[in-house]
Amino acid sequence: MTGAGMDFSILYYHFMQNAILAGLLGGITCSVVGVFVVTMHLSFIGVCIAHAAFAGALLGLWLGFNPLIGALLFSLASAAIIGPVADRGELNPDTSIGIIFSLMLGLAFLFMGLMPGAKTEALNLFWGSILTVTQQDIIFLAAITGAIVGLVVVFYKEIQAVICHREVALAVGIPATVVFYGLLFSTGVTITASLQSIGGLLIYCLILNPAAAAYQLTYSLKRMLLIAVAFGVISCWAGLAASYLLDIPSGAAIVITSAIIFGLATAFSPKRKVKGWQRVPLAG
Amino acid sequence: MDNTVIKIQDAVVSYREDVALQGVSLEVRKGEFIGIIGPNGAGKTTLLTVINGLGKLVHGKAWVLGSRLNGRNSINLRKRIGYVAQVENIDPRLPINVRETVMVGCYGRLGLFRRPTRAQRQTVDKVLEMVGMAHLSQRPIGHLSGGEYQRAAIARALVQQPEIFLLDEPTASIDKKAQREILSLIQLIHKEYHTTTLFVTHDLRMLPSICKRLILMKDGKIWQQGSPESMLREEVLSQLYGAPMSVPTEIAPLRT
Repeated sequence: MTGAGMDFSILYYHFMQNAILAGLLGGITCSVVGVFVVTMHLSFIGVCIAHAAFAGALLGLWLGFNPLIGALLFSLASAAIIGPVADRGELNPDTSIGIIFSLMLGLAFLFMGLMPGAKTEALNLFWGSILTVTQQDIIFLAAITGAIVGLVVVFYKEIQAVICHREVALAVGIPATVVFYGLLFSTGVTITASLQSIGGLLIYCLILNPAAAAYQLTYSLKRMLLIAVAFGVISCWAGLAASYLLDIPSGAAIVITSAIIFGLATAFSPKRKVKGWQRVPLAG
Repeated sequence: MDNTVIKIQDAVVSYREDVALQGVSLEVRKGEFIGIIGPNGAGKTTLLTVINGLGKLVHGKAWVLGSRLNGRNSINLRKRIGYVAQVENIDPRLPINVRETVMVGCYGRLGLFRRPTRAQRQTVDKVLEMVGMAHLSQRPIGHLSGGEYQRAAIARALVQQPEIFLLDEPTASIDKKAQREILSLIQLIHKEYHTTTLFVTHDLRMLPSICKRLILMKDGKIWQQGSPESMLREEVLSQLYGAPMSVPTEIAPLRT
């Protein structure tokens, strides 16, 4: 253990450098969009988009086109369907999103069942394989990370207004609906870009856990973004190290690390004392 | 010169099968303070949403601040209209403080790609001072009492430098002391800025004395309107609410 733990020669391997970069970029972008969905209380919508991306990628594998294109189309389409469904309230959002979620899971299994031959590639999309990401994957992930971070910097004030109180943002003349859908689509694009490395079943944990952990620790959105990004990257790198040292699947190690961080953040959260807190009001 | 700032003709609004407004026509002149009362479900809130362009007209026309509402221009008009809704339930952990939430008021006029200027930040501080919230400016918005939350909402609307002020039950769900303070604040603001104001309430005791015209709504229609003196009579109110009503005595002290 000591020998393997101290042996840094692994870092000279190209595949490991790629994995570290993928962890950095995936950790940043997943955590940033995670802050949006957690603050808007739309965690379930994110889960649904993640499964749609997964189903789309499997369709691509089955029909022989680039799985990332399938993932992108499915995740964007699901965001476009879920947004209005959640907004209009014709059905209880939980019910309608649950139906779309189960449909996506059903489609994923259907495409997988229809796929001829060995299903190694499909299984890789399930669990992710950060150790086998290619230069091309890294470039794609870097471009998406750059775009998402750039959008957050440029539209920070609109994003803050929309994720904290969308009705107010709408009433003061901010294009709140455009911003809202932009955030949902960003989630879809992020999931697509991280699918290869983290995996369709696990990606959502990396979106939810670091942001949810950061949500426990601060009342400042800027700080929340920074803390979430730090947690996301730490989860990826610590998971990667655990995967290498203990010879366990990397995606699983990343997700378990992020869940442990969430557990610790909740245990030490200064916001715990406001749990179950209610405003004084109520007319006397 | 005609100083009409709001003109609504025969407005019909429906939410699926429910008709919320049935042929409402209304004209509001610049600087007026109008009270809108009526039972729950009378269409009061819907009338306000027609004015700020969030309510979609199925039939009829509306002109606000000189422009005919057509769905495309409503986002620009909203930048000039302050809107305060009733206290909502918000997550106490929300990562935004009072100062930031008040600052949102100037984001509409500011537009995309631009950051608030020093002058706008100073305006926010001045308005926070005016509504008595300066000492709470760094507090998370979810940690305020109902009354404090409404002060913050009013401050946010003021930062917009609105030409029309829409207040939708701003005193609902808050305690009596806070209700009185909010009413005094609203009257003070009107005296100071003379902003055209529409004040909706279902609670007659919450009617500001500064109100010069009273609109009585029932079943999605304007049922009657006139001066508060002519409208606040037992037989009128009892008919409006469909139950025996007495004229609230609590309006009187607010006149001082």
